[in-house]
Amino acid sequence: MEWYDFLFFIEVLVGGLLSGVMYSLVAIGFVLIYKTSGVLNFAQGAMLLFAALTFVSLVERGIPFALALAITLLIMVALGFAIERTVLRPLVNRSPMTLFMATLGLSYIIEGAAQLLWGTQVHGLDLGIDDTPFEVYGVFISKFDLVAAGLAAAMVGGLSAFFHWTRIGLAFRAVADDQFAALAVGLRLNRIWGTVWTAAGFVALVAGLLWGARLGVQFSLSLVVLKALPVLVLGGFDSILGAIVGGLIVGAGEKLAEVYLGPFVGGGIEGWFAYALALAFLLVRPGGLFGKKLVERV
Amino acid sequence: MSVHALPLPLSGTLDRRRFAWPAALLVVAYFVVPLVATSYLLEAILLPFLALSLAALGLNLLTGYCGQLSLGSAAFMAAGAFAAYNFNLRIDGLPLPVTLVLAGLTAAAVGTVFGLPSLRLKGFYLAVSTLAAQFFVQWALTKFGWFSNDNPSGVIDAPKLLVAGLAFDTATGRYLLALTVVAIVTALTVRLVNSPTGRNFIAVRDNETAARVIGVPVLRTKLLAFAISSFIIGVAGVLWAFTYLRTVEPAGFNLDRSFQILFIIIIGGLATIRGAFIGAAFFVVFPLILSRAGSFAFGGLFDSGVLDMSQRIVIGALIILLLILEPRGISALFDRVAARLGRLRGRP
Repeated sequence: MEWYDFLFFIEVLVGGLLSGVMYSLVAIGFVLIYKTSGVLNFAQGAMLLFAALTFVSLVERGIPFALALAITLLIMVALGFAIERTVLRPLVNRSPMTLFMATLGLSYIIEGAAQLLWGTQVHGLDLGIDDTPFEVYGVFISKFDLVAAGLAAAMVGGLSAFFHWTRIGLAFRAVADDQFAALAVGLRLNRIWGTVWTAAGFVALVAGLLWGARLGVQFSLSLVVLKALPVLVLGGFDSILGAIVGGLIVGAGEKLAEVYLGPFVGGGIEGWFAYALALAFLLVRPGGLFGKKLVERV
Repeated sequence: MSVHALPLPLSGTLDRRRFAWPAALLVVAYFVVPLVATSYLLEAILLPFLALSLAALGLNLLTGYCGQLSLGSAAFMAAGAFAAYNFNLRIDGLPLPVTLVLAGLTAAAVGTVFGLPSLRLKGFYLAVSTLAAQFFVQWALTKFGWFSNDNPSGVIDAPKLLVAGLAFDTATGRYLLALTVVAIVTALTVRLVNSPTGRNFIAVRDNETAARVIGVPVLRTKLLAFAISSFIIGVAGVLWAFTYLRTVEPAGFNLDRSFQILFIIIIGGLATIRGAFIGAAFFVVFPLILSRAGSFAFGGLFDSGVLDMSQRIVIGALIILLLILEPRGISALFDRVAARLGRLRGRP
């Protein structure tokens, strides 16, 4: 391989890995909820849209950045507990598929409400991070992507610390491990689920702001779930590490395929390539890379 | 899937009451509706209703009866529609019924390929992998001009609808054509779900491992469910393209359409035949009612954007409400009402 070609390859790879981090950010929100309540929360994308749209609209109405962030966070907390109360609690002990379909309905409600409330126009979002690429050994790297990756790393670190060293984190892990045992030792499932959905709302807010700054805050933001799903499948629905590694693989694979494979099939393959990649992995490991092994009993 | 056990039909004896209602409906649909229906009723309500019912019927076989959640129904509709267009375009004088069957078979082939992951994957992993079908098919149809005879935006137009020399191009004609197709496929589906194959579907849904233990060929059953379901959805796609819209593009078969078909069977009732029809009727009529009610209550204030959003909210809320209150859908509500009426009349 020529030197220049190699540099170009590295550049594509790094760009892909960094955009993969953005996918991981969305996927982590799914994992949090799936781990503790066994629900594949399709509404995560809608929550992301809702958080970003609320924040942008508040800022546009002249509310300072930090205050807007706090208000949005409060709203996400309220939303988390409201969802627990109105959707999850009545559906307790139903099959995972029923819960999944309920979150499909939920995503319709949140998307509709977000746009009914704040309008459907596209909002620009400036986080004060400039998106100019800079050069490292002849490879161009976007500063924005780096900041996003740093934020994602900080969030994963924070979440892991939270899961490992706090009481409520311990309760989360207990619920994730065995709901009935957790109930038996007196953990309050309802409150824990409310908290988990709040945490997922927080992740949605962070991801929503970063994606919103990239794409503009608009309806299509809720479609990033479709980017996160192959990441989840690849990494396993119940592993945060899996979400990160899956995101990196999907991001890198997608960009490399687009550049090296795209020209042969006419381009535009990013819509489905991640799914094909995830499927190929799944055929070898049906539980994802880091997912739990399923034991079947009659 | 939280679907309750199905009442088994009485074997051997033909339960006359079970066929009374469908027969009566068919008589009305064939002989009364064409005489009294306005072209608005036919074009805007009955034709989409028939196509969506058939698609939902197909998905219900796969998801309701066999327990394999699919989020790619619109892709199989698109496969059917574009296959029919191409068969009709490229083979001279191919009769319409043959085109329909060939289109269904093409969709079945596509469905089987995308159903292959079901041999290894379960539940959510499978549901997500069916999204691959959704995105891949839409991409391929837009990307390769051959599928739409090199139309720049991938749009296809319906051909003249001729069966045995009779033209079915008027609204009434298209309605009768779609009705006939739906009636035949529905009858065959009823046969299927009461056959050993149908029992196998249910066994795989209720407990895959147990089904394997009692000797149900699980892998073959799953692939068969994908194939038959895609066949029906493919034929529904042809009805959608040829009898309802007349002009379709790949973007019309997007993820929202897939979700719509899934919602139809959830709202109508999983693992029931009439659930598909009740749900489809609901999804065709409900938006019209909502828009009428909206413009009646708020006049000009209610623009199409607001309407669209409130429609999303109401549909989402209804789905959650139904899942909570009646997981077996509207068709189970009907049963309950019927049972109560029966009690009132002093029947057991």
